[in-house]
Amino acid sequence: MRTPFSDADVESLKAGDRVRISGVIYTARDAAHARLLPLIEKGEALPIDVTGQIIYYTGPSPARPGTVIGSVGPTTASRMDKFTPSLLKLGLKGTIGKGYRGQPVKDALKQYKAIYFGAIGGAGAVLSEFVRKAEVVAYEDLGTEAIRRLEVDAFPAIVLYDCHGGDLYQDGQKVYAREDPYPQGGHK
Amino acid sequence: MREIHVSAITDAVKKLCMEANWSLEPDMLRAFDRALGTERSAAGKQVLTILKQNAEMARTRQIPYCQDTGMVICFVELGQDVHVTGGGLYDAINEGVSQGYREGYLRASIVRSPFDRVNTGDNTPAVIHVDVVPGATVRIMVMAKGGGCENRSKYTMLTPAAGLPGVKDFVIECVKNAGPDACPPLILGVGVGGTFEKSAILSKKALFRELGSPNPDPTLDALEQELLARANRLGIGPQGYGGDTTSFGIHILTYPCHITSLPVAVTIECHAHRHKEVTL
Repeated sequence: MRTPFSDADVESLKAGDRVRISGVIYTARDAAHARLLPLIEKGEALPIDVTGQIIYYTGPSPARPGTVIGSVGPTTASRMDKFTPSLLKLGLKGTIGKGYRGQPVKDALKQYKAIYFGAIGGAGAVLSEFVRKAEVVAYEDLGTEAIRRLEVDAFPAIVLYDCHGGDLYQDGQKVYAREDPYPQGGHK
Repeated sequence: MREIHVSAITDAVKKLCMEANWSLEPDMLRAFDRALGTERSAAGKQVLTILKQNAEMARTRQIPYCQDTGMVICFVELGQDVHVTGGGLYDAINEGVSQGYREGYLRASIVRSPFDRVNTGDNTPAVIHVDVVPGATVRIMVMAKGGGCENRSKYTMLTPAAGLPGVKDFVIECVKNAGPDACPPLILGVGVGGTFEKSAILSKKALFRELGSPNPDPTLDALEQELLARANRLGIGPQGYGGDTTSFGIHILTYPCHITSLPVAVTIECHAHRHKEVTL
């Protein structure tokens, strides 16, 4: 699949689908999101146009000389939950991360038609192979947390949450769970 | 009195930091192989296979196994007949971290203050625990501790009446709470007893035991096996995609405690369990 994504692209995907993403994706994690939110609240322009785009939650390790990027696996997505619905409202069509997301994010994926993809956490060396180009486009002072524009070729991802309410974690775990895998009172 | 110059400590820590991040220890690679033999989930098997490839690629290209190259946890067993010369022990360790992370193309993930959150740029400082022990050697154990799993570590103070069943339930609740966010298959370090802070330190130190090796205390070994079997009944599986391998191992250390207390600390460690040690 090539970025940017259309609503039809998003609607065609179901939880558990394995996809290969090619084109441009953007990196952003905690610190970059914290800078984007006030801009969104004030209705100001963002340093990147998120329409149809995908944000990859990652902070890469430094590139060795002669290489494009260092290790580049996903970070825990739920830390960005606070920011995600407002970005989806602006037209963001996907995020890539790892781990559960809160109900407001799930609801926003349905409302604004977007996908939450998973990449394999801790497989940063392997995932670096799919990045063809990387450049910082905003917040360079944040170092690894700067917003980077990545050109990826056949980047492997799996649909964790689709826009129809599908959830790979629930589907996958119920097959093997012989004791309830969810903590009392929710995740903390 | 044996003299050890700080430069030897700096050099050792630098090398441990780089190698820990590039090359998983053999105990971890064996754990992947064991799990591939028992995992029933196709998605889980695929994750384990990719993680093995990831380990091989990291080792051969000398790039980090995971981009989160962690906060450095350093346990030092300092022989009481050793005289460290040429500077401070803690400074020497932090200099080793700084050199290792800068020269090894490892990510700087430490902020100077939890409030202003300005990155220190070289992954210093480390969290350093020093025990003075008999002898004339210095044992340095380094762990590159990832943040995502550390964020799911937990502590509780149980009552003595809650007892062993309470400890078991808390450990399993911690596995559930960690879920996919902490990058399973997980390794758990469990510290029981002592005080609030002692149990937490034990929970970190427990992670340095070779994965797959028995606990030297047969009673604790049986408890570890029971908890591991129960954790792997949860179905969370590799990456949380569903499967039999939610945890690779649960390591327990205990310490005497007050008649009124039953402290339990659980450090959650991900499959990127990067640990190395050396004795000078």
